[in-house]
Amino acid sequence: MSKKKSMTISAILFLALIVIIVVLERMLPPTHIALAVLKKGCIYSLVAVSMNLLNGFTGLFSLGQAGFMLIGAYAYAVLTIPVADRASVYMYFDGGIIQFSVPVFVGLLASGLLAALCAWLIGLPVLRLKSDYLAIATLGFAEIIRAFFQWDKLGVVTNGSNMLRKYPTFSTTLFPFLVSAACIGVMVLMINSSYGRAFKAIRDDEIAAEAMGINLAKHKRMAFCVSSFFAGVGGGLLAMYQTSIQAMTFKSSMTYEILLIVVIGGLGSVTGSCLASFLFIASSEWWLRFLDTEMTIGGFKVPLLRSGFRKVVFSVIIMVIVLFARRGIMGDREFSVDGICRFFKNLGKKKEVKQ
Amino acid sequence: MDFISKNLPYLLAGISVGGQYALIAIGYTMVYGILRLINFAHGDIFMVAALVTVYATTSMPLYLSIPLTLVVTVALGLLVERAAYKPLRNAPRMSVMISAIGVSYLLQNLALYVTGGLAQTYPAIPFISGTVQIGPATTKMVTLVTPVLTIVLVFALMQLINHTKIGMAMRAAANDFETSRLMGIKVDNVISMTFLIGSFLAAVGSLLYFTNYASVVPTSGAMPGLKAFVAAVFGGIGSIPGAVIGAFIIGICENIIKGLGWTTFSDAFTFALLIVILIVKPTGLFGEGATDKV
Amino acid sequence: MKKLVALAMCAALCLGGVMTVSAEENVVKIGVFEPASGDNGAGGKQETLGIQYANSVAPTVEIGGTEYQVVLETVDNESSAEKAPSAAADLVSRGVSVVLGTYGSGAAIAASDTFAQAGVPAIGVTCTNPQVTEGNTHYFRICFLDPFQGTVLANFAKDNFEASKAYVLTKLGDDYSAGLGHYFTEAFEGLGGEVISDTFPEGNADFTSYITTAVNEGVDVIFAPTSTEAAQLIIDTAASQGVSVPLLAGDTWDSNVILNAAEGKDVQVYVTTFYQEGGNEEFDAGIKEWINADSTNLANNGGDDTVAAVTAMGYDAYFTALEALKNAGSTDPAAVNEALWDTTYTGVTGEIAFESENGDAIRDTAYVKVANTETGAWDFVAEQGVN
Repeated sequence: MSKKKSMTISAILFLALIVIIVVLERMLPPTHIALAVLKKGCIYSLVAVSMNLLNGFTGLFSLGQAGFMLIGAYAYAVLTIPVADRASVYMYFDGGIIQFSVPVFVGLLASGLLAALCAWLIGLPVLRLKSDYLAIATLGFAEIIRAFFQWDKLGVVTNGSNMLRKYPTFSTTLFPFLVSAACIGVMVLMINSSYGRAFKAIRDDEIAAEAMGINLAKHKRMAFCVSSFFAGVGGGLLAMYQTSIQAMTFKSSMTYEILLIVVIGGLGSVTGSCLASFLFIASSEWWLRFLDTEMTIGGFKVPLLRSGFRKVVFSVIIMVIVLFARRGIMGDREFSVDGICRFFKNLGKKKEVKQ
Repeated sequence: MDFISKNLPYLLAGISVGGQYALIAIGYTMVYGILRLINFAHGDIFMVAALVTVYATTSMPLYLSIPLTLVVTVALGLLVERAAYKPLRNAPRMSVMISAIGVSYLLQNLALYVTGGLAQTYPAIPFISGTVQIGPATTKMVTLVTPVLTIVLVFALMQLINHTKIGMAMRAAANDFETSRLMGIKVDNVISMTFLIGSFLAAVGSLLYFTNYASVVPTSGAMPGLKAFVAAVFGGIGSIPGAVIGAFIIGICENIIKGLGWTTFSDAFTFALLIVILIVKPTGLFGEGATDKV
Repeated sequence: MKKLVALAMCAALCLGGVMTVSAEENVVKIGVFEPASGDNGAGGKQETLGIQYANSVAPTVEIGGTEYQVVLETVDNESSAEKAPSAAADLVSRGVSVVLGTYGSGAAIAASDTFAQAGVPAIGVTCTNPQVTEGNTHYFRICFLDPFQGTVLANFAKDNFEASKAYVLTKLGDDYSAGLGHYFTEAFEGLGGEVISDTFPEGNADFTSYITTAVNEGVDVIFAPTSTEAAQLIIDTAASQGVSVPLLAGDTWDSNVILNAAEGKDVQVYVTTFYQEGGNEEFDAGIKEWINADSTNLANNGGDDTVAAVTAMGYDAYFTALEALKNAGSTDPAAVNEALWDTTYTGVTGEIAFESENGDAIRDTAYVKVANTETGAWDFVAEQGVN
């Protein structure tokens, strides 16, 4: 199939997705859990792809994602709360010191930029570390950032450890979908550019990459900042989705969740991360919820079902994937029109052989 | 005198919690030394040990339930190693670490399910639960017992590692995994032994820790686990005395920070310390410098 | 093979997307939005018990001349502001007419917008932070508020212990804790007292340093509005450090978890609360029998049959919801929301009526209780209002 043709089909698929979302929004009540899952799935896709850019494509094992999301979420919320509502949000801090607010897109851009700036600063010392040490240092930084944002001396800006709310949010699923799609698109372009090839070279063999003339420090820093930028935007979107945020929710367990999504989707696969995000969110927040309530089928009380069982089943599924499907759903391949065509052709061939 | 009476409690709390971190940190440092794996599930094994004690004491006397806890914890440690780490022995290091995160997630959720989300009260253990007067400060007996017990256990462990055959095998495996296998060392047994010792010490640690802070929730193990790991890195990963000293330093510093009124940053400080040491001396206080082989 | 699995999963996602819940006839659903795990798990379960007991007492309701079966739809919000919106969305998509909950103000504030979007009214049972109901028309509550509770406690500390210096220990990032601490501080300083404030992070288990600081500062009372999980540790640490000053706390501490922690120890624990056991003997006897009849209920109540104030509040919240349904004459959430403004009910915890601005309960007294460390029960101290 020609490249042009597959591009056209991809574009049609993308438009079809938009149409499906619009139709779903028309059909379902606005608070239906399916829409909530779609919204959160879009946001997590963005964050997971940004983490994949670092862990899967550049081979830098960073566990700081929750920290950068926190920065993004706070930057967005602090900058966009309408001036009229500041007094009630910052009720313990006399309305705070920031007495202006910016439009939504400026806020989202600011959240990305601030996260990237922090990443650049943190990257200066930390990126010299290797593998596990880098992981634990970034994890440590995420915890430090969280403590910093909870510090009540900064309360006039961050509202201390209290909730930020009343900032503009989105009501349609299309908003996070389009923003995430645009951001993921930028990252895909980057991965396919010469920068992306340099990232992969660093992942596969640092020393060989350096010998080929790739500036290690520069490329690592670039990957770290770009990844953090999009994690920050993702954090801003998450703030919009949650309608209220608190530093306390951006714990290391959030990073672990995203890491698991990346691994389930396949390290080094953008479409894998997206697919895994939707599956992960849908099963953890929706499909498996029936496991939490007691059930009787035909007079027989199903054993084990009670609050918390959902999470046990869910973590067992994750362990099975981690152990037995080590390369995740997609491995390091991508989901593409060509791939699907080949897939069906191969299926046909196999059947022919059997016959 | 006034200065001492005001600050002694902070110091005592620091030493006590430091000793408890030390017992967990040994598990991290030994496993990392051999497998190069941050065993994220170790803190949760520590938590499970506490839950086992809680449930065991409801149906049997203490002198049975404590040994039972030790046995169950060791068995769990070995099971985790066999089920989640052994199949990945030849996989990239990141896969093993993710498997460890998965195990940690599973153990926490299992604990959540079993406890029904309610905090469990840790049983009072006679003698070490009693209060004692030290100068102007009142504290629990366990505060005094912990450092002593920690030092005794570490001493015994050092004897084991330096003067027995299995200890020699451990040192060999830590030094060079592949070569020691070629030399006829049953590396799998060595790894099992490492997990056995690590889990045993975590169980003892949980006994002391939860006697002091008598409430067990599924996430109880996460923070102590992370701090113990930081202690292990701080002291130089792979070095047992390093881990112990690192743990005491972190325990004491943490309490001094709290005493100074910087409570918001008490956890953050631990990580700041970690980052500083990683940048200034990446091998930790007592770690041996390893050269990267091309 | 792996591809097929992936394909099947995609198909499942699409199919799942169009599934909708169909409601049976003559059933009215009441959502129970409570934590069953996390920091507030213990309190949430006790509150749920009250609602469940009320449901067993009155399983049907007559709305507009038709008999409806009341079905409780329960969801666990995990005490977390992060998980609350999707838990709330789940509840809403099950088609509930009104929501009860939640214990812990943080999750209530976080979920508020989801309920508002869906047009489903919510009745806060024991979420005392003002921000829950402030500026909206769908969140009501039947309990008193933190500014009131904080002032009551400050007055109590001043009146009974002649306290001039207080140590306020709150949890970082907990809206309930921070809010109540703030209002106590404000009121206490207004009375001419001095306050030393401290915070502890989530998951903190070591309270030795905090208690030491309090002792070193020579405070007269320690005020710790925290979840019961932290409370256990604070009481234990205070007892082992030989602290002689009284510990004060808000409604969350009114729980048998606290009684068990304080039993046999040399500590004084005072709490303000909504209900004192013995306030309504018929209710007490009924719920005790109901709790003791089922081992799960007994475990959820913390292992004994002490009636927590939150349980009584849950019971009242259920009947308030039934009253609102009756007044609305329909199961339509919007009609229920409208009817709630004028709904009144005389419950076991007193008269319940909503003021017309934010939908807060009109309450002007709180009960103060002290933990009896010998019998392991609450002793009534006083009914305290604002001076």
